[in-house]
Amino acid sequence: MSDTPSSATLPERPKLSRLFRLQYEAAQEAWVLLYPEGMVQLNASAAEILRRCDGQRHFDDIVDELQTLFNVQGIRDQVAALVQEGQRRGWID
Amino acid sequence: MAGSTDTLPSGPPMAVGPPLWLLAELTYKCPLHCVFCYNPTDYLRYDRELTTAEWVDVLRQARALGAAQLGFSGGEPLVRDDLEELVAEAHRLGFYTNLITSGVGLNDSRARRLKEAGLDHIQLSFQDSTRELNDFLSHTKTFELKKKVAALIKAYDWPMVMNCVLHRHNLPHVGKIIDMALDLGAEYLELANTQYYGWALQNRQHLLPTREQLREAEAVVNRYRERIGNRCRLLFVVPDYFEERPKACMNGWGKVFLSIAPDGTAMPCHNAGSLPGLELPNVRDHTVAHIWRDSPAFNAFRGYGWMQEPCRSCDEKEKDFGGCRCQAYLLAGDAAAADPVCGKSPQHEKVVQIVRRAAELPERPIVFRNDAESRALRSFHQDVC
Repeated sequence: MSDTPSSATLPERPKLSRLFRLQYEAAQEAWVLLYPEGMVQLNASAAEILRRCDGQRHFDDIVDELQTLFNVQGIRDQVAALVQEGQRRGWID
Repeated sequence: MAGSTDTLPSGPPMAVGPPLWLLAELTYKCPLHCVFCYNPTDYLRYDRELTTAEWVDVLRQARALGAAQLGFSGGEPLVRDDLEELVAEAHRLGFYTNLITSGVGLNDSRARRLKEAGLDHIQLSFQDSTRELNDFLSHTKTFELKKKVAALIKAYDWPMVMNCVLHRHNLPHVGKIIDMALDLGAEYLELANTQYYGWALQNRQHLLPTREQLREAEAVVNRYRERIGNRCRLLFVVPDYFEERPKACMNGWGKVFLSIAPDGTAMPCHNAGSLPGLELPNVRDHTVAHIWRDSPAFNAFRGYGWMQEPCRSCDEKEKDFGGCRCQAYLLAGDAAAADPVCGKSPQHEKVVQIVRRAAELPERPIVFRNDAESRALRSFHQDVC
């Protein structure tokens, strides 16, 4: 996989795979992805991105929402990189 | 990647984190008699099974401590007719629930009830891609039934992990086993090389493959991986006897894994019952919090303080925790020794010799897991190592 995200391979409305469940775990003070016999602990920004990958929101809207939420600009590439990494790992359809 | 970690969280060496992985071994009763079963050979000792209410209490306590992954296992967990009730409670508590099954006992009505109860995933075991070997190794006629169960799992839209324990008899079929998993629509295939504990240890001479067999099987797996991509994830780990470094057993003793035997005995690993002098606590006598944090058994090999040389000064100890305590006891005679699988262990030559003899004809007949053999092994403890 290339390190530079190219929008050509991005899903328009990214959706968390039905094989994965995203939930907040108080004991870990973190969001985690649960899947058959496994668990991935997410950092805060990855969690905020994945929580919005519901198959309804458009990728551009996810970026806008996050930029508003965190009061930042120019995070599109960062979000795209995570979505693509999620695709590679099978988290995102 | 920046956004996640694949490793479970680890604090400073002696900090006790949550028991993230809870394995509920509901019963050791099993309709199969597999020669590579990792259950203890003296499983009859654990037959005073916890009641439904006792299991529910264990689930609540463990969840409160932070357990998130829950495996319902055995034996065959479907033997318990309260499985649906336990799954429903686990689901309510927020566990991700895994059913680890041979498939025997899963019919349409139970599948429907388990789905309604919120079961997240089913891991279905197969013994081989052929009926002959599947049925021989499990000493049952279950091959066709398992294929029907696989279809049922797909019909109810569960993610399906297929699990096939590998050894010298089926390693040459690994390509066909993968084909079968693809045909049945498995999302994951665990090609689980036999680990030599319990019944598998008794049958090691029959099961241990040669290095060449493993090399060939691994090459086949890699070719499939390239071809099928994400369609089905193939997990294949070279068995530790053939490695120069031990596995990070249980991700460290008392670190993330908590197993409860059918009678409530709490174990830091599936085979901890085989370690002499280790008094395993029981959930009937103590709270899960006490067991996890304070019991002598769960602290016996926690952290690094218990280590001897060569582990104590080893710069890889934080990676593999000195390997497996049960294997250290079984092969080196001392549970606190380095796992002899490690090339740095003074006992490593034992493992080398065992592997070297893998192609020789077994001296003893193969032992099927059943009650009669369990009693026989108990009265006549064989020194297989």
